[in-house]
Amino acid sequence: MQDFSFITTWIDNSLRSLMPGWLAVTTECLLVGVGLLLVYALLALFYIYYERKLCAAFQCRLGPNRVGPMGLCQSFADMFKMLIKEIIHLNHIDRFLFALAPYLVIIASMLAFAVLPWGNGLQIINFNIGIFFLIAVSSIGVLGILLAGWSSNNKFTLIGSLRSGAQMVSYELSIGLSVITMVCLAGTMSVEGIVAEQADLWFIFKGHLPALIAFVIYMIAGTAETNRGPFDLPEAESELTAGYHTEYSGMHFGFFYLAEYLNLFIVSGVAATLFFGGWMPLHFPGWDGFNAIMDYIPGVVWFILKAFALSFIIIWFKWTFPRLRIDQLLSLEWKYLLPINLFNLVLMVIIIITNFHF
Amino acid sequence: MANYIEKIQTLFPAATLESDRTPLFTIPGEQWHDMAVALRDNAELKFDYCVTVVGMDWTENLGAIYYLMSTSYNTVVGVKVLAKGDREKPWICSVEDVWHVAGLYEREVFDFFGIIFVGNNDMRRLFLNIDWVGYPLRKDYDENPDINPVSIENERQTDFTDVYSLDEKGELVKNERRIFEKDDFVVNIGPQHPATHGVLRFRTAVNGEEIKKIDIYLGYIHRGIEKLCESLTYPQTLHFMDRMDYFSAHNYHHALCMVIEKAAGIEISRRAQVIRVMMDELSRIASHCLFIGTYCMDLGATTMLFYTLRVREQILDIMEKTCGARMTFNYDCIGGVMQDLAPDFVADVKALLEVLPKNIKEYNEIFTGNVIAKNRMEGVGVLTREDAIAYGVTGPSGRASGWACDMRKLQPYSIYEELDFEEVTATEGDSMARFQCRMREMEESAKILAQLVDNIPEGEYCVKVPKMLKLPAGKWFQITEGCRGAFGIYLESDGSTKPFRIKLATPCLPQAAVVDHITRGQKIADLITIGGSLDYIVPDIDR
Repeated sequence: MQDFSFITTWIDNSLRSLMPGWLAVTTECLLVGVGLLLVYALLALFYIYYERKLCAAFQCRLGPNRVGPMGLCQSFADMFKMLIKEIIHLNHIDRFLFALAPYLVIIASMLAFAVLPWGNGLQIINFNIGIFFLIAVSSIGVLGILLAGWSSNNKFTLIGSLRSGAQMVSYELSIGLSVITMVCLAGTMSVEGIVAEQADLWFIFKGHLPALIAFVIYMIAGTAETNRGPFDLPEAESELTAGYHTEYSGMHFGFFYLAEYLNLFIVSGVAATLFFGGWMPLHFPGWDGFNAIMDYIPGVVWFILKAFALSFIIIWFKWTFPRLRIDQLLSLEWKYLLPINLFNLVLMVIIIITNFHF
Repeated sequence: MANYIEKIQTLFPAATLESDRTPLFTIPGEQWHDMAVALRDNAELKFDYCVTVVGMDWTENLGAIYYLMSTSYNTVVGVKVLAKGDREKPWICSVEDVWHVAGLYEREVFDFFGIIFVGNNDMRRLFLNIDWVGYPLRKDYDENPDINPVSIENERQTDFTDVYSLDEKGELVKNERRIFEKDDFVVNIGPQHPATHGVLRFRTAVNGEEIKKIDIYLGYIHRGIEKLCESLTYPQTLHFMDRMDYFSAHNYHHALCMVIEKAAGIEISRRAQVIRVMMDELSRIASHCLFIGTYCMDLGATTMLFYTLRVREQILDIMEKTCGARMTFNYDCIGGVMQDLAPDFVADVKALLEVLPKNIKEYNEIFTGNVIAKNRMEGVGVLTREDAIAYGVTGPSGRASGWACDMRKLQPYSIYEELDFEEVTATEGDSMARFQCRMREMEESAKILAQLVDNIPEGEYCVKVPKMLKLPAGKWFQITEGCRGAFGIYLESDGSTKPFRIKLATPCLPQAAVVDHITRGQKIADLITIGGSLDYIVPDIDR
């Protein structure tokens, strides 16, 4: 198993030998920030292409195929177009909040990147409440959406953002509870700890039934959290034109667009961490040869591929199901998912106490 | 048939029978409301469906012709009512309280002829904007563009409507009425909105996500087809039929051709009849395919659209080969059809009939059986049979409420009488029923096509018709079945080469108007479900 921590330690040591400690930390932060932005942008571009190609396949189409080989440069072209577009200034809006909203959304998703376990030792911050931090920062996003809808001074955006508020606050519960279920199994909130616990066997196998239930609920709630179909009510285009971001143009709209795709990655990434071992290769207890072969594949590849595979499921949802109605959406959460989740948590605790897991 | 005519004559001796092609009575204005009530309620008459209200200007006097249909006895009658008062303020008693949909049609007559309907709850213009000067369908209307210049200002609109009543002296009194309550939160859905399927505007009063009331606001693409027809010769009027409900272009063409042929006494060949019916049914399948696709898209299932477009494309290809166009076909003409069928028409139709059942099965698997789709559609927007009739909702939407209103069965025309097909009805009346009715109608249309595709007789596809066609003076009324419901045409000729008046009673106007009735108390998202399931087409509403 490759350990990336020697690279990071080496960078840290060499920086510290060149400059005072505080400067070294500042430089590291800057480096991480730049790296993060780069990964962020590239991932978003990839996801746009990924979704368009997948969606095309579901719909018996070809998808983008003109810009670059197999249309690979299509998302770069799209992003460039978005960047040079004019940001339309509207009258009768709260300018400050209007401009602030997309940044809040994007900051929320960027902060969540901080604790994703990219690989062995490849984690921006590792602290003992990592997963808790992730849930906390990803809830900031809803603030941005509410602000966007409110500050646009438009009835459609207002309805869209209120829907979004109701939806995200509700589904946060399900996410939280299914995360707690897995935290119980791991016995730690530290993301590194959770991954390390899965060295023998991924949690989805280890925790069998309750883990499976938690996974299904997490995927449903995660889809709802990212405002994607069939839960895309806040931006239900056939009802509310574009929902909360109707009034946004140019790069401000681009931020919402990016954040949506990045949230998709984060939700899949967290699912990969909690249920499929994060960067941990596929290991089965006793199969030493197999485990050794799996170790040759770097952890980064494992993590990213798992995230993409889980995103595939979420994209598949979107292009197959019709949209729910707001009351159905809320009753699904409060009447079904929440009780099942609570029951599941108890079940998990019982299984852990009785040592019934693998 | 004679029974109900005699019955009406005994009940209302003042009513004179003017024509018996489609029985047309003339009644003095003061007796009209009593007669309307009797026509609807009398056990032997039961004219409970108001097909259309035709505004008329016979230059010496103004008036309206109400075409009524009995859903129990399947009889049609017209009643001509002359307006009282001078040309400045002509008026007729409103029968909105008798047939609900008549209220809407009366607004249209008011808009174009300036006839005030006393007792109608909403005497606003229906299509033209509120600052319009004059009444365009009157024969003495001044068309000078300086009177009604193209406005560059924002459209003026009002929250008030007029209600007219008569005082003790018999004078007209105008009262104002508020459309919405003072502190209603009114959301504008349309005219540019993805779910209105065109430039249609719903002013929607909402209470949170719940709909309190909808005011439908029309006329954004009104082109005045009826007015335009009056200045064109008969063959020239035909091409407008492609531009109303552009998905039932063939059906509408067929209808107008049939009325003109009936008036001129032209017999068309059997081959032309079969071709027309086949084209009608192909359009019906194509239209319903598009409905399923766009409806699923309204509900958020985007992928279905592409699956349904696959079949629709195949049909459009068939039409393109024969008609030379994919949209505005202009194929039926007076005396038959424009050109003969393309050589591979039969093979293409057979190929279509082969893939259609598989596709319908696939649609049902992907969408109809989906639990989210079921939750979104079942029990949403329930329209009872009584309401469907009172609001004049015909076509698959009306049949989903249990009203067997297929004009191909009720008023058989062309060769439909000989064909073996089921009339698809359902009893639930909700969005799901409307959706499934269309799905099953596609199967029935395929059945008709299968019967005809091997039996297209030889013969001429178009009979010789004089270039300058003159119709004898008279009035004709014909109801046919478009893809979206009953399509009525009223044609009045004064013996010249141009129609004196053509009234096109399209199915989509009442369907759009019923939205208010069935969305009350439902969610905003249901407005989309309901609107989509009614499947109205805006150019068909606005004409």
